[in-house]
Amino acid sequence: MEVKFNLNGLDVVYHVKPGEYLLDSLRTNGVKSVKKGCNASACGACTVLVDGKPTLSCSVLTASIEGKKVMTVESIQEEAAQLSEYFAKEGADQCGYCSAALALVVHALKEENPHPTRQEINDYLVGNLCRCTGLQSQGNAVEKYLGGKK
Amino acid sequence: MKKNFRVVNNVTPSIDGKGLMQGRSFYTDDLAQQNSLVIKLLRSPHAFARIKSIDVSEAEKVPGVACILTKDNVPHVPFTRAGQGYPEPSPHDKFIFDDYARYVGDEVAAVAAVSEEIALEAMKKIKVDYEVLEPVLDFEKAYENKSVIHPEEGIHEMFPIGFDPKKNLAASYEMEVGNVDEELKKCDYIVEDTFYSQAQAHAMLEPHTCNARLDEHNRLVVYSTTQTPFHMRRIMSKTLGLPVEKIRVIKPRVGGGFGGKQAFHGEMFCALVTLRTKKPSKCVFTREEVFGCSYTRHPMKITLKVGATKDGIIQAIDCRALSDTGAYGEHALTVFMIVGSKVLPLYNKVKAVKFGGHVVYTNHVSAGAYRGYGAIQGNYAVESMIDELAEKMGMDPIKLRELNSMKEKETSPIFEIMGEGTEGTAMIMESCKLPYCIKRGRELIEWDKKWPRKEVGPHKVRSVGCAIAMQGSGIPFLDMGSCTIKLNDGGSYMVTVGATDIGQGSDTMIAQIVAEELQTTVDKVIIYSSDTDLTPYDCGAYASSTTYVSGNTAWNAASKMRERLVKEAAEYMNVKVGTVEFDGKMFTSGEKSLSLEDLATNRLYNQDTRQIAVTESFHGHVSPPPFMAAFGEFEFDTETFEYKMIKYVTVTDCGTTINPMLAKGQVEGGIIQGYGMASTEEVIYNDKGKLLTTNFDVYHIPTRAEVGELVTEFADSYEPTGPFGAKSVGEIGIDTPPAVLCNAVYNAFGVRVHHLPITPERIFKAVKERK
Ligand code: FES
Ligand code: FES
Repeated sequence: MEVKFNLNGLDVVYHVKPGEYLLDSLRTNGVKSVKKGCNASACGACTVLVDGKPTLSCSVLTASIEGKKVMTVESIQEEAAQLSEYFAKEGADQCGYCSAALALVVHALKEENPHPTRQEINDYLVGNLCRCTGLQSQGNAVEKYLGGKK
Repeated sequence: MKKNFRVVNNVTPSIDGKGLMQGRSFYTDDLAQQNSLVIKLLRSPHAFARIKSIDVSEAEKVPGVACILTKDNVPHVPFTRAGQGYPEPSPHDKFIFDDYARYVGDEVAAVAAVSEEIALEAMKKIKVDYEVLEPVLDFEKAYENKSVIHPEEGIHEMFPIGFDPKKNLAASYEMEVGNVDEELKKCDYIVEDTFYSQAQAHAMLEPHTCNARLDEHNRLVVYSTTQTPFHMRRIMSKTLGLPVEKIRVIKPRVGGGFGGKQAFHGEMFCALVTLRTKKPSKCVFTREEVFGCSYTRHPMKITLKVGATKDGIIQAIDCRALSDTGAYGEHALTVFMIVGSKVLPLYNKVKAVKFGGHVVYTNHVSAGAYRGYGAIQGNYAVESMIDELAEKMGMDPIKLRELNSMKEKETSPIFEIMGEGTEGTAMIMESCKLPYCIKRGRELIEWDKKWPRKEVGPHKVRSVGCAIAMQGSGIPFLDMGSCTIKLNDGGSYMVTVGATDIGQGSDTMIAQIVAEELQTTVDKVIIYSSDTDLTPYDCGAYASSTTYVSGNTAWNAASKMRERLVKEAAEYMNVKVGTVEFDGKMFTSGEKSLSLEDLATNRLYNQDTRQIAVTESFHGHVSPPPFMAAFGEFEFDTETFEYKMIKYVTVTDCGTTINPMLAKGQVEGGIIQGYGMASTEEVIYNDKGKLLTTNFDVYHIPTRAEVGELVTEFADSYEPTGPFGAKSVGEIGIDTPPAVLCNAVYNAFGVRVHHLPITPERIFKAVKERK
């Protein structure tokens, strides 16, 4: 079947099998910044933004995004680059497998709540697992990034 | 000794951090060739069974199936999946496919098809006739059990490791210094206790992944999420009977390893499918396979007897351990030995020490390498016992540690006795700031105010616990790394290293070392690592070897390059070598000067043209341990026994921190992973041996919700044998949380929990039993 949607600002048509999940559709179509960590809505590595909302692409049928706007980290390159500088300063990046999804979630948080408290940051990011870092450093980086203080 | 560093020991962003956050796609599965055949593995539903026959005829008829591999059509060569040096200290007890399935999930067949759906459909049509056997699921009953897990012919050890498969023994070990029984008799205080630790899952975010293709020379090219590409090439070559020169292994970016990727997982299947079909293939483990069918930590039972005299000196330690290696003996002996060799030397005032026991096979998923590698299990037991001893003696547990632990310029006889499955190497602690780490950590946690406990509200108490730890820095004389540096036009450097970056940041660390030595900046250093065709050899990322071994390698190569550049410049300027100064950009000799850029251009294009390049190697003669003192504060609910981490303080001596932020990341990441093992990471099997905790919703790793404040400091220390004074830091962070939490629980409730993870239920049970 055909699904038309907007991907990172461009209208695209994907040919998908019924029952195909967005994560698989994106990766088969070459969008490899979206990662598969668990395929069970439990790790956050596959996060994309659908109409601005963080969405686990491993558990969304591609057919259901007909006509919607999907954003992957490709559409927030500058922001991701800036955020990564805060991550670097805090020692918050390691293997990077969780990074692109985190950048998207932080982008969505910023849109929703530009000046969150630390607790709000932790709550918003809680579904994005990271096995490498001590997590605190990532929270610090996001807090400083959103607070605008370097 | 110490000098003012410009690049090393300064904050340097990891060189790939930005690109990865921007989504650059360089992980293994991102690089699979389009239209790769998809490989799915048929896995045993039985914990132990003999495979009488496999019928693939119906499966082969499914359109789109390209190839099915079973025991009937693959090479039958015993090997070990452990990515270790040669000859491996692990038994060769694994076949690509075998007549037996030894755990629920053991591989029985591989199906390669044009799509995942077709592979799965075909898999259902494979008929396997199993003779179900009685499994061994309790590792305390494995030794000499009537069910023999490895009855097959042809399996063997590479050198004596105590391998005795007829008794379900993968390995065994015994050592004694002095006479423990005699010394214990002279002690005024003796404590004895037993501790159990579980089969923790690595749970790295990127699953085990590999893919294969043939290149234009029809050579096999394997991309793999491996920690040991060179070992992988060697083992693949021997097992498949394919010459080394026909195989190339490439490790792209890796999404975390923690030891779990120091092994073969899907690679043999990919290689065989591609060799047979001439088509690219890929094998990506599902999360359920990562949990249930890759590796876990070795579960252990450790029994300790520790004796001390009235003056507070620990005189003897007797440590018996039993380790469950699961279905295969990967890393069986070496993990076991680390329980002793990287924990017991901490208490080096003893007159006698004994360590030994068995590593048994069971019908559980295979245990393998896992960050900490035995040290975390040993640390949980030993550091809990030290608190028990202190309690019995009426002494502050920190004071007892201060009195008895390792100091600078001291040694332990254990170093010489215990090595990597063989004898070890004697060494003196040239750098050991453990006393400082303990003192500083005590201040930071405010021990004197908080120990042992404080009521902080109705049903709420806060308590503190502490532990100390050590690890190693590579395996002396065995672990080797190498590095090639060549000069580019423009005056930048191309550095190729075998060292394996699995997310810990070794590429960045190496770039810093090269930049420091050549007085340049990290952006002038291009790094390419871990490709068996293009980079020189390195043993790989394990045993806390990368900073020390690969770092020293890079340092050697960079200083050789420096010498070489000065020689070339002297020749060009027609002056004596001894008169040339080099500041990273300019060579000067008296009035004459020459830029690095001009030298590079000249040598590549103009006069006496040649490539300026050097290759150097390094192996350690010692394995200087990093040390750590850790202190945790927790808040307990005295009614529900639920708890949370308030604060975790660590002070680490890892010599110079080459990259302070990456070092902090290693320590903190280790602590949180260790805290997961201590607190929530519960492994559950049903009574048939089937693993039930197979995804993140049921196997709970620490999330942002439960991490307390981490205070991470480093001691001012310089290891004279390390690169710019550095030691390793990759593993030590994980070692302390089980003991720290266990001790804090004791300080809160007066009970000791002898099983990991320390769940509220277990605390409740211990409290109830005491009453
Ligand atoms: S892959 Fe979607 S949440 Fe893990
Ligand atoms: S950095 Fe590896 S999972 Fe987050």
